[in-house]
Amino acid sequence: MSTQNGKITNVLLVGVGGQGVLLASDILADVAMEAGFDAKKSEVHGMAQRGGVVSSHLRFGKKVWSPIIPEGQADVMMAFEQAEALRAMHLLRDGGVPIVNQYSIIPPIAGGGKFQYPESPLAGVLQRFPNLITIDAFKECRLLGNEKMVSVLFLGALSSQLEFSEDLWNSVIMKRVPKGTEEGNWKAFKRGRELASA
Amino acid sequence: MEASSKDNKQRFMLSGNEAVAMGCREAGVHLGSGYPGTPSTEILETIAKMVPEMYVQWSPNEKVGLEVAAGAAFSGARTICTQKHVGLNVAADPFMTLSYIGVKGGMIVISADDPELHSSQNEQDNRHYARFGKVPMVEPSDSQESKDMIASALDISEEFDTPVLFRMTTRISHGKSIVEPGEIQSHEITGFKKDAPKFVMVPAHARKRHVVVEERMVKLQEFSETTPLNFIEWSDKKIGVISSGAAYSPAREVLPDASFLKLGFTYPLPLKKIREFADQVDRLLVVEELDPFIEDQLKAVGIACEGKNATTLLGEMTPGRLATGLVKIGVLDSAPAVSDPTDVLPRPPVLCSGCPHRSIYVELKKRRGFVFGDIGCYTLGALPPLSSLDCCLDMGASISTAIGSSKVSDGAKPIYAIIGDSTFLHSGITGVLDAVYNKANINVLIVDNRITAMTGGQQHPATGMTLMGEPAKAVNIVDLVRALGVEDIQHLKNNDQENVRRGFERAEAYEGVSVLIAQSPCMLMPRKLKGTPYFIDPAICIGCRRCLQIGCPSLSLTGEFTAKERQQVVIDPATCTGCSVCAQVCPQEAIHSTEVSE
Repeated sequence: MSTQNGKITNVLLVGVGGQGVLLASDILADVAMEAGFDAKKSEVHGMAQRGGVVSSHLRFGKKVWSPIIPEGQADVMMAFEQAEALRAMHLLRDGGVPIVNQYSIIPPIAGGGKFQYPESPLAGVLQRFPNLITIDAFKECRLLGNEKMVSVLFLGALSSQLEFSEDLWNSVIMKRVPKGTEEGNWKAFKRGRELASA
Repeated sequence: MEASSKDNKQRFMLSGNEAVAMGCREAGVHLGSGYPGTPSTEILETIAKMVPEMYVQWSPNEKVGLEVAAGAAFSGARTICTQKHVGLNVAADPFMTLSYIGVKGGMIVISADDPELHSSQNEQDNRHYARFGKVPMVEPSDSQESKDMIASALDISEEFDTPVLFRMTTRISHGKSIVEPGEIQSHEITGFKKDAPKFVMVPAHARKRHVVVEERMVKLQEFSETTPLNFIEWSDKKIGVISSGAAYSPAREVLPDASFLKLGFTYPLPLKKIREFADQVDRLLVVEELDPFIEDQLKAVGIACEGKNATTLLGEMTPGRLATGLVKIGVLDSAPAVSDPTDVLPRPPVLCSGCPHRSIYVELKKRRGFVFGDIGCYTLGALPPLSSLDCCLDMGASISTAIGSSKVSDGAKPIYAIIGDSTFLHSGITGVLDAVYNKANINVLIVDNRITAMTGGQQHPATGMTLMGEPAKAVNIVDLVRALGVEDIQHLKNNDQENVRRGFERAEAYEGVSVLIAQSPCMLMPRKLKGTPYFIDPAICIGCRRCLQIGCPSLSLTGEFTAKERQQVVIDPATCTGCSVCAQVCPQEAIHSTEVSE
């Protein structure tokens, strides 16, 4: 994504409460700030931890006014859950990049018969965005030995779409992740970056 | 707060609430009090963690919180009190007369409003409280201003001898932006000095204080004209915009070439400055969220302007909504094209896996009575599939609304009130007192999960711990209820459906006030609890989906079908806490603990 000419870069992060969406957007916000940009982040807490939808808007550039990404202007969407990618994709601009976790969290409401979980959410995203990047973050993290690194692995994937240096990502991630998990998280970051660049 | 340095200047990425905490530190605030409420909660929590030199406390409700801060301000300390918008309704009584008394040390009343109702029962616009109470108001537009305006507001409070209303909204409180810290000041606490005509609000004194209030309004009006909190940014003069708070940044984004009069001090309005600004622009727009608070005041003094002809009275101001509105009145030629959202099944918040409230609602649903609810996690019992809450008005209203209904009902259906521990202590106690005194025939369920859960796990007077982490005396809710005169008190065992059912039957048979107390800790706070998970035997499950009716997020359809073409259900062992409620409702006894089977 280009950050030249005073353009604002808009990254949308979506998922379900408890998936680590807010940690990922906190890290990204710090990276943007450390890189010398103005940055704003907006999200709604409140009901998030009760299995509701979580979305976080992160904007950076020379000067950012509104903390909310205008509809249809997100450059990248990181979706931690497939159906949430479908729900939020109208916020992506034409040619924007969706990065989607191959993972479903089916809400209890789908058991009632009135609402159906989408049959193939990824196909729905792919139809509008042929440049879709999918990652099986849980599987990858399990292979790396820790399922709690999904946020950071996902940030690695996102990093392939942004212009920040690996050193900068490294310095922020080392400060943000729990003590003792630095090495594992950095491996997860590199793996995510590799998968998205492939 | 993780610091960053650029050009040797420290910079922090902070939420508005965290920035207020930093502002309190820099401005030498001594005391903060309040009651948790989204989106205000993190202000006092951040201070408790990051500003050890300050004293902060949770009060049982906002009225007490405001009075505690007022008492400290009367004693010469710098103070804040925090609440969400509806919390200020609870604290409105002291707020209105505090305006008459004024302060001694500076005092800020923070109201965190929730346009869009992200987590509230209404979206009232608390700017009206400034006008109603004749109290000056400031409104930050980002985190830097949230920090800086704390010191400004305290200076105003002390200079004009008045509390200051500090109005934030969800996007300001929870949004994050970059903050550069400032110098730390210190202030002496001067102590309480007797001055009855000022501090004792009996009619003879209050009449004179009202004169002081009106004189103060005139002085504040003059201050509003000159304060740097209100400033003009000249650009193209075809469009002039007046804006404040969370509406300002979308306005700047959507109208990059317009001239702006940015208001940080929004009551009383700088009418002279506004008139001068209006005279120099072709078209004057007021961009504000919710009510036409500014627009109405301008029109009342004959300043022509537009605003609510373009923007809605509902919800938040976003760049997209604003652009659409401006197209409508011809200020913009076109708004960016927006594609329609895809129709995806809703994902409403649910009671957590293993939540102790679930077993209560599963039984309540069967009773077919009327259930008067309250504000807290248990409000989630209103949503399908539990669908067993019939009314929710405001904090503490469950018991009182149940009393009212019982007084005019024929008694054919049982009447229940359901209230949590923190809410009971907030304003449910008086409801029980009323029920006993006025001989109501109601069943009061106190679902005590030992924490203020909905707002993220805050301590309260029955948890045995203060906001600052000190051990405290924990009020015994059972003793308290008994002391209020309740004779029929039962303990319910959460997650034991037979016990819960028997308890409800006994309460319904009892003529008078029954109180049923279910005490079991929240599964998430203060620490995450996890028991041995259950599993569903696919050989026995007939796919009746009875278990899905308890609304547990650990249960889902497998995609596998039974012999009779019905989808089977599976339990996620990673999230199942082993509460067993699903096993108790299963008609086939297909659900068992993994512990037993292995």
